[in-house]
Amino acid sequence: MKISREDVLRVAQLAHLELAPDEVETYRGQLDEILAYIGKLQELDVSNVEPMTQMQPRNAAGASAGSEPELRDDVIVPCKVADAVLAEAPDAAKPFFRVPKVIER
Amino acid sequence: MSASPTWTVASVRNALLTKKTSARELAKDFYARIERRNPELNAFLALCPERAYTQADRVDAAVAKGRPLLPLAGVPVAIKDVISTQGVRTTCGSKILENYTPPYDATAIERLEKAGAVILGKTNCDEFAMGSSNENSAYGPVRNPVALDRVPGGSSGGSAAAVAGGLAVISLGTDTGGSIRQPGAYCGIPAIMPTYGRVSRYGLIAFASSLDRIGPFATNISDAATVMSIIAGHDSNDSTSAALAVPDYAAEIEKPVTGLRIGVPEDYFGSGLDPEVKAKVQAGIALLEKLGCKRVPLKMPHTDYAIATYYVVATAEASSNLARYDGVRFGLRVQGNTLMEMYRKTRERGFGPEVKRRIMLGTYALSSGYYDAYYLRAQKVRSLIARDFSNAFEQVDAIITPTAPTPAFKLGEKTADPLEMYLADIYTVTGSLAGVPGISVPCGKTAAGLPIGMQIFGSHFGEARVLQLARAFEKAGGFSI
Repeated sequence: MKISREDVLRVAQLAHLELAPDEVETYRGQLDEILAYIGKLQELDVSNVEPMTQMQPRNAAGASAGSEPELRDDVIVPCKVADAVLAEAPDAAKPFFRVPKVIER
Repeated sequence: MSASPTWTVASVRNALLTKKTSARELAKDFYARIERRNPELNAFLALCPERAYTQADRVDAAVAKGRPLLPLAGVPVAIKDVISTQGVRTTCGSKILENYTPPYDATAIERLEKAGAVILGKTNCDEFAMGSSNENSAYGPVRNPVALDRVPGGSSGGSAAAVAGGLAVISLGTDTGGSIRQPGAYCGIPAIMPTYGRVSRYGLIAFASSLDRIGPFATNISDAATVMSIIAGHDSNDSTSAALAVPDYAAEIEKPVTGLRIGVPEDYFGSGLDPEVKAKVQAGIALLEKLGCKRVPLKMPHTDYAIATYYVVATAEASSNLARYDGVRFGLRVQGNTLMEMYRKTRERGFGPEVKRRIMLGTYALSSGYYDAYYLRAQKVRSLIARDFSNAFEQVDAIITPTAPTPAFKLGEKTADPLEMYLADIYTVTGSLAGVPGISVPCGKTAAGLPIGMQIFGSHFGEARVLQLARAFEKAGGFSI
């Protein structure tokens, strides 16, 4: 599959990336080459294969061979770092992060 | 030339107990080494002497009181700059986090310090751990201490170079597709990727969450095993960490390897493998046979699809994980007239080319109309690769391969061609996708003196077995075969 300029611009828009005009062509060529390589995945017959959606090893019966992730009790724990987190923000007005106006006038 | 001594966990301990040095003096000595050597290596991005000396004084006070020494008492440690350290700048090798100081410590950091380790500073790495040469750092490349015109490998290049160059006794790196094992091989030191879920990732700044792992670099297997016992284990702050008991790895490693079945997959010895690397790894396998291991030829037929699978899965996860860098809560913000403009300008200015490339690749693979062909298919092939491993471990106790197809390449040699760079991870990404543990151990050098790495994979949570083989190999002289 050939990647077009428009594909690159569409993906950049989805990912909130701004690209300089010369970058568009560079990325187009590189993504094209990488995706052509990735195309080799089409060689395999995966019609009866389940996607690997979780990382805990499973035995043949499908039961977790290692450990099942344990859920902790649903209790509220105070966040002790809230002030330190806000101190890292580029623009904070405690207890908020401030951003450019989102709602149109 | 009065060479700086190579310190180990054991020799530090011994020196403290016999009062030959103090933890403070040792930290001072390592900072002096860093001052001398770091300008050319560029292994460290930040130092935290205040924190280090406070911890060293705590160790020295304990020694003075005759208290039993903690397992890593006074041991100088370096930490990859993707692992959060409270109050110490953590950049991920990126401009977007140039001024970011984490408000808390990663669990691995907490555990190291609780065990007495002295954290010297943060090490350079490829931006957000994306790279195989450390050339994608926004703060300049790291040089390989063994050969200064060569890369140290990546993405944990700074952590590998720090230990190999004698600027830290042990270090932590992270491995997503080979980022601990490959630099370990290039710099000639042991380097461990633990099983997925073995070590808590709380405080690790995420790249690809189904792959990322934290693991140690050391100069010997005993040190690596000691660190593993300390950082491994369940953590209530990381739901992906396994609630399994942690063995005393250092006690396990001396067990005999006689009768262990070592699998040698022919798929890892085909075209593209440097002949010198091939010869040394084969000599390494022969040495293990001499030690009583039984060699079992294996076929792992989906090996050839691992890089393609990895670069779909890892980039898809990265595109999602890195969405958080938007200029709102932390890191760089570039002002814009609208929220969208602020996002775009911040990300344009803050991210380097490889990170942008991977975000776009991952976004493409997940986007409407392409999801089935790329992401879903890659997840299915990932199952096949994992099955190659589970089938193999029905017949063998460990799998032996080269760590990387070539020794360390020259700085700049592969930067123009991203795909060629990706292929440096061809033998490591398989284990990353399958979730199994792997170690790279030194396995001699090329005629030009460049280190070669041999990789040992174990089954899930089989680190003890892997370390045992690595230790037997080390003891038999395999590191300089």
